[in-house]
Order: sequence, then structure tokens, then C-alpha cells
Amino acid sequence: MEIEKKNIENIFSILSDIPDPEIPVITIAELGILQSVTLEDDIVNVTITPTYNGCPAMKAIADDIKEKLKENGYQKVNIKLVYSPVWTTDWLSEEAKEKLRKYGISPPGKSNLKNPISGDSEVTCPRCKSTDVKLVSLFGSTACKALYTCNTCREPFDQFKCH
Amino acid sequence: MKPVNELISDYSLRIGDTSLILGQRLGEWCGHGPILEEDIALTNISLDLIGQARAFLTYAGDLMKNKKTEDELAFFRNDREFKNNLLAEFPNGDFGQTILRQLFISTFQYYFFDRLKKSKDEMFSALAEKSFKEVAYHLRHSAEWTCRLGDGTKESKERMENAIRELWRYTGDLFFSDETDAELIKLGIAVDKSEVKKDWDKKIREVFEKAKLEVPAETFMITGGMNGNHTEYLGHILSEMQILPRSFPGAEW
Repeated sequence: MEIEKKNIENIFSILSDIPDPEIPVITIAELGILQSVTLEDDIVNVTITPTYNGCPAMKAIADDIKEKLKENGYQKVNIKLVYSPVWTTDWLSEEAKEKLRKYGISPPGKSNLKNPISGDSEVTCPRCKSTDVKLVSLFGSTACKALYTCNTCREPFDQFKCH
Repeated sequence: MKPVNELISDYSLRIGDTSLILGQRLGEWCGHGPILEEDIALTNISLDLIGQARAFLTYAGDLMKNKKTEDELAFFRNDREFKNNLLAEFPNGDFGQTILRQLFISTFQYYFFDRLKKSKDEMFSALAEKSFKEVAYHLRHSAEWTCRLGDGTKESKERMENAIRELWRYTGDLFFSDETDAELIKLGIAVDKSEVKKDWDKKIREVFEKAKLEVPAETFMITGGMNGNHTEYLGHILSEMQILPRSFPGAEW
């Protein structure tokens, strides 16, 4: 039992290093995509949850997990996609948000489930921290981002949508 | 009556097919959007919808008596076996027509998924919670554009009015219900679409008022999508969507 627990912790920490394919400054563990690991004899069961239903990175993430485990000697891997609990940007730690900001992506605010149509209340420019920003498009380069322009420093930037 | 699992499968298929067909339609805009941001927005919405379709079709296939995969359902069914609502298969037309169709369907999906979140079926409630957040963006986007175009130039207004004339009589198909719905509502699994309709009417009225567009008078509504009775447009979408896997069965990327 002890050995198994240690093994699982070990596998989880190996997988925790995998970066997100689209936003490589944060890992799949920080994003909350990596949910859990269990062992069944020599089979590793990894549970992941999608950020957006149609996020094309999920396939790449599953492939990365398989490859990483293979490198570490685990041949039999079973990846399960679960939808509950439902992913939310509230799972991102302050530390992860800071990494996004440094990378040039405005991190998500707290999700507003009561009035999701209204969108994010306060978006700050990741470069100059100004809140005087303009929404260019609700849809950006990936499913999870919106496009903004800063009225103060005039730089365009991506915002990680609050979800 | 069918066993509950088969009813849930049928219900899931109707939800998934609507997302799949509309997602496929929006994909036609790829590279043809009026401006770059809009090209990206329409294909982003398409991506969300196809993601939803994958989840709902997978679930539908798992519950079938003879299990089917999402790909078998998407690529190896004929038009009469598709259960999407009629608006989803309607051609894109001009940008105004695409936006109006999106407004009609996103408003429906917004209030539908909001209720499906409370379904006693755990898979439905999880998928609904996820899809609801995505659809909120689609609704906001199409509502803003409806206002901009309806209350825009003489030409943009005219185009929106033409789109309303073209699409309005198909909006009734969004709320089509039959014994599948009735049975599942009794079990606390399905959504009462007559309730969704009240919210839909209110929201569309609100957006149209802001957009200076008129809500048409009550009229005859064309329905049938949920039972596989489609417009002539569906066959054409399917031929494009299905040609590769049908020509090369088992093909992989």
C-alpha cells in the first residue's frame, strides 16, 4: 500500500511538469487539467478534464502524458476524460496567474456565474497594468482567450477568459 | 415505451446533432469572414460547438443498444437519422443571416443548458454546465452584432430584416417536444422547452428592441428536425462533411 501510494505520488509529480501545449509557461497541473492518477497492477489510469469542450490541445496533452510515462518506464496507460467537476479558471493559483501575466496574457478574474453574459468586469493590461483597456474581440487565438488593446500603452494583448 | 437509456441516448443525439451541424456550417466561414477578428470568432464558436457535439454524441453512442462511437454517428448516418433542429442546417447566407441564426440558436442553448444543469442525469448536468459557459459568449457576441447591424446603415438593417423574414418560421423547431421529452421530464432528466421558450421570447424581444428590429407577428412554424425530417440543405452539408471517411473508411489523420 505504502509503495503504491509513493508510486502514484511519483507519477503525479512527473506528469505535473508537462506544460500546456498552447501556453507553455503553465503546466497541465496548474491549469487543473490533470485531475488524478491511480494504479491497477501495471496499468496507470490518468484522469484529465477539458478546459473548453472543443479545445484541440486535449489530444496533444493526452499524447504528452503517454509519452512522458513511457519515458519513465510505464508502458500501459489509460487516459480517461471526465467532465465533472466542471473546469473553471478559479482553479488557477495566484502564482499561475502571475506566470500568465509575465508571459503577456492578462489572467482571468473571478468567474461570475450569476451573470455570465456580462463577461469579465475588470481586465488589466499585462504590460503596464492599466485598467483602461478596450475589447477587440471576445474570441482570440485559442478557445480560452479574448483579444484586447490597452488604451494607455497602446499594446494589444490576449486575455485568459474567465470561465 | 423505450428503456430509459435509449431515451437518454435519443435526447443526447438531438442536442449533439444541433451543435455538430451548426459547427460544420460556421466552419464554412473559415477564411471568408468579413474581417479577421470575425473570421476567428465564427470559427471559435464552431470549435466550441463541435466540442459539445463530440461529448453529446459519445454519450449517445455509449447508451445505444449496439454501441457506436462519435465518429460512426457523425460520419456514417444518413440525413433522416440526423436529429438537429432545422435552423442549424440553414445556409450561412450573408454575415447578417449567420449572426441572426446564431442569436436564435445561442439564446435557445443558453436557457436550455441553464436548465439542463439541474438534470438528474449526471453526465447531462456536467456537460450542460460546461456548455452553458461557452454559449454565454456566443450569445453575447451575436446579440452585440445584431444591434450593430440592425441599428447600423440602411443596407445592414435591410439585410437583417431579410434574414428575419427567411429564418423566423423555423425558430419554432427549437422548442419541438414529443414523448421522449415528456418521459424524461417526468424523471427529472430533460428540460421543459416551453419554459425555455418564455425566456427566449423575452431575450429576443429585448435584443430586437435595442437593434431597432421588429419581432414578426405569430406565424406558422415549420418543425421536423428532431424526427429526421429536414430541409434540402442537410444532405448537402453531410455530403461535404462525410465524404472523406466514407470514401476511405478507417482513414486516420
